[in-house]
Amino acid sequence: MLSRTAANLFWIARYIERAETNARLLEVGARNALLPNTGGGYRNEWDSVLAASGTASAFRDKYGEAVQRNIETHMFFDTDNPSSIASCITGARENGRIVRTALTGQVWDALNTAFQELQDFARTERSRLPLSDLTDWTLRTTSLIRGAGLATQLRNDGYDFTNIGHYLERADSTARLLDVKYYVLLPEVSFVGSGLDNYQWRTLLRAMSAQRAFSWVYGGEITASKMVDFFVFNPMSPRSLMSSAEGALSHLERLARSYGRSTPAQNAARALVEQLQRMTIEDVFDEGLHEFLTRIVGEVDALASVVSGTYLSGVARCD
Amino acid sequence: MSQNPISRYFNEMYQGDAVRPPYRGLEDWSRDMPAEFRDMKQSEAEALFRRIGITFAVYGEGGSPDRLIPFDMFPRVFAADEWYRLERGIKQRARALNAFLVDVYGRGEIVKAGRIPGRLVYQNEAYETAVCGIVPPKGVYSHIVGIDLVRTGPDEFFVLEDNCRTPSGVSYMLENREIMMRMFPQLFQENRIAPVETYPGLLKRTLASVAPKKCDGEPRVVILTPGHFNSAYYEHSFLADMMGVELVEGQDLFVEGDFCWMRTTEGPKKVDVIYRRLDDPFIDPLCFRPDSMLGVPGLMNVYRSGGVSICSAPGAGVADDKAIYTYVPDMIRFYLGEEPILKNVPTWQCAKKDDCKYVLENLGELVVKEVHGSGGYGMLVGPRATQSEIELFAAKIRERPENYIAQPTLALSTCPTFVEEGIAPRHVDLRPYCLVGEQIELVPGGLTRVALTEGSLVVNSSQGGGVKDTWVMAE
Amino acid sequence: MRLKVSHSTSYSYEPAKSGLIQSLRMWPSVYAGQKIIDWRVDIDAPSVRRGASFRDGAGDLIETVVIRGPVEQVTVRVSGEVETQDLSGILRGHVEKVPPLAYLRASRMTRADPALAELSADVIASTGGGLDAAHGLAAAVAEAITYQPGETESDTTAAEALALGRGVCQDQAHALIAMAHCADMPARYVTGYLHATADGTLHQASHAWAEIHVDGLGWVGFDPANRCCPNDLYIRLGSGHDAAGAAPIRGMATGQGAETLAVDLHVLDASQQ
Repeated sequence: MLSRTAANLFWIARYIERAETNARLLEVGARNALLPNTGGGYRNEWDSVLAASGTASAFRDKYGEAVQRNIETHMFFDTDNPSSIASCITGARENGRIVRTALTGQVWDALNTAFQELQDFARTERSRLPLSDLTDWTLRTTSLIRGAGLATQLRNDGYDFTNIGHYLERADSTARLLDVKYYVLLPEVSFVGSGLDNYQWRTLLRAMSAQRAFSWVYGGEITASKMVDFFVFNPMSPRSLMSSAEGALSHLERLARSYGRSTPAQNAARALVEQLQRMTIEDVFDEGLHEFLTRIVGEVDALASVVSGTYLSGVARCD
Repeated sequence: MSQNPISRYFNEMYQGDAVRPPYRGLEDWSRDMPAEFRDMKQSEAEALFRRIGITFAVYGEGGSPDRLIPFDMFPRVFAADEWYRLERGIKQRARALNAFLVDVYGRGEIVKAGRIPGRLVYQNEAYETAVCGIVPPKGVYSHIVGIDLVRTGPDEFFVLEDNCRTPSGVSYMLENREIMMRMFPQLFQENRIAPVETYPGLLKRTLASVAPKKCDGEPRVVILTPGHFNSAYYEHSFLADMMGVELVEGQDLFVEGDFCWMRTTEGPKKVDVIYRRLDDPFIDPLCFRPDSMLGVPGLMNVYRSGGVSICSAPGAGVADDKAIYTYVPDMIRFYLGEEPILKNVPTWQCAKKDDCKYVLENLGELVVKEVHGSGGYGMLVGPRATQSEIELFAAKIRERPENYIAQPTLALSTCPTFVEEGIAPRHVDLRPYCLVGEQIELVPGGLTRVALTEGSLVVNSSQGGGVKDTWVMAE
Repeated sequence: MRLKVSHSTSYSYEPAKSGLIQSLRMWPSVYAGQKIIDWRVDIDAPSVRRGASFRDGAGDLIETVVIRGPVEQVTVRVSGEVETQDLSGILRGHVEKVPPLAYLRASRMTRADPALAELSADVIASTGGGLDAAHGLAAAVAEAITYQPGETESDTTAAEALALGRGVCQDQAHALIAMAHCADMPARYVTGYLHATADGTLHQASHAWAEIHVDGLGWVGFDPANRCCPNDLYIRLGSGHDAAGAAPIRGMATGQGAETLAVDLHVLDASQQ
């Protein structure tokens, strides 16, 4: 298939996943901000969300102080922010329009409807759009688009590129969401194990729609170790780094089989999976959760570059 | 529905009070259709068009780029024998236009013979010196020739203009038929209507037949589009899908060695035939406009050295220029030794002194067009223009006479059309698409455009025109 | 005369380009005034792919060069020997397929403004037509635009150069083409090499002049920079509607790098060595 078509499919998936991440980040922030003043105060929770989204400095330049309404604008509506939900949905739909014929009618309908509804939001009085409605809408919409693809798209190489996009972006997303905790914890290390700590972990679980799953797998108290295991190592957890890395690897291997040719992309993905298999929870804490997550975000990004260089840029190699 | 017997326009459905044979199958259908049913079908059609995403954007008009061209459900019908004559005329014209192109980029015999002024050809903006001396595979420059026809009587057809570059609209021909068959299947059971669905297959065969000599094996054909912001992007992707070929942008192709390659997830694949929907100046920044971001650097060198075929060939536009148009009947006589089957509309060239004088004196009765214009812009329809519009146009003609041609206002035929009040005659034209490769093919049908405003003679979709399904009755 | 050419053009990129394509028009024209003894065009760069070579309708040999990145430097090296003959600028025995009438069309560079048209009309009024007119136009250009490097840019138009009154051979050729067009004479831009200027000083850059189509004679070269018709000191390479169209090297690179150009050119009398 055309490299550009593969790139469009890859980016539709990444944008959808990224929109979802933003919605989840907003939920975490809003929840954490509901707690009474704790050391850093309200402001702190929103700063951590901004930092985790990787758009803190762009936000400060445009809006200044991190108050909820501005954060909502920035992370949902603002098309100047390339990773706002509005930008992501628009980007996904634009990529979809270019490869319209590579998508089934259902996937296109879901993408197009999302875009139209987004336009409706932009015309609606903001007071009539509570944050929970916006995040619910985003989670519902992204599920619908992904589900339509899952149910109807042909299982060809395009399907692999779509899924590689989903998995790589999801790994990035999980790492960033976990990192929110790091930022929140930063001012007061003494909170570890406290009621507040517990509340924040719960918020994270809820934002990842994983409260019940977590209880089933681990039961009992929420601890940092359990959380790291759940979101980093546990292959049962659909959003864990391990699941994401394995998912990306399996689609890359499918590609290698159908093209009859293995490339550096398969090796890079395998290396990431093997690294996660070798590591333990202790290793993560020894390295430092934030340092570990930062490194993983970098490695996922590097893997995406290899995939891009190998398949999506159509590098000249004439036979 | 009744016909106004004193109308000076030929209504294709009637002859006197009698319904003409090709339209007989539509008489009961249209007469007995309840208004509510009609409205329901009309909105169903619209929903279908919107669903498949066939939209049309007009340059420079603003508004939504996702606008639909209005679809009129009343088909336009040709009898088999009418079509037979049109078909012969269209193919004859397409052959002559291609012979002309090979000639003017080769020895220029028609110019040497004094049948057409050299300056008109060689100084033409569309004449491309970069392709002089090139004889493309099978001697074809223009592989898809769109010929715009109008009718003024039962046996009176005129060619309004030729389109040798990349005529658009064929996706409407196919989608209009598709939608009519979905909505009114019984019409297709009761009437023997020749199919148009073979077009994409024939197009692909035509394109593959002009693969370069250097291509061994099955030629790889692609469609080159300016991108999804182009108003005809839907058509580009539609045709790519129907033909089962890749739709590429300039950035998807590159030149290396003797060939042109396509960037794919499995590495570069050689491309043999490019059906480009990109104008000449944008094809190759290394040869033409250096600022073009849409083309492929070096493509013209590969083309000129025989590594790839470009359809239509660069430079094909010199044959469809409105100033050259006047000479097409001469081309037919010169190259084919035949008499033209289809007539030209009499045309005055403002570049000629006498013609210009006549045009300026009779602006109120004439249609004046820009030589290089298209899409119904920059056009004056004398009988429908105000005095000040006429004066404004007269000034433009005086300033640059060579930029204008004029034609009599033709009594364009009408076809019954669904309008607010019921069914009423509206003016129509026709664009069939002739395919020229190893063989010359014409699917029985085309795009009928209809001027939806009462009395209007301008059928361009950018000026409020609509489209109809076009039927050719099987024998 | 036997002329020996050694010409190298080096492009350096900082940072390196990710890819490069060039269309070369660097082979001597085949006509009665030139006999090629030996001619080579070499490309110095890693990973060079040459191909898509052909003779175009104007008779020029063209070749395509593609270089895979990263490209830090590319050098195009021309070396060869040509036996030349003075034909008073007449391009005798040159095979080409572009009709002369196609060279009546102006490009952006050669579009005449009222000043060029007026200057042309003055010459025609005093010389009549044909060869005399062509000589007259070339002389008028040499008068109106003094040869002076560094005053104009590569995209200076004929009209701008005339208004300025100074320019290089490119500007003079463009102006001559524009004025010939005004007189309804087909005209085009020609590139090549020059052994020495008429006064004997060495000419260090590739040279350019114009050709005008004269009834009865065909294409005839005129070099306003040296106030003469090309003779056996000239080697003709190729032609086009203007400098961009006739350029010996037309290239495009992908990537952000800035380009630095270095040219080294020697045109020597082979018998003097």
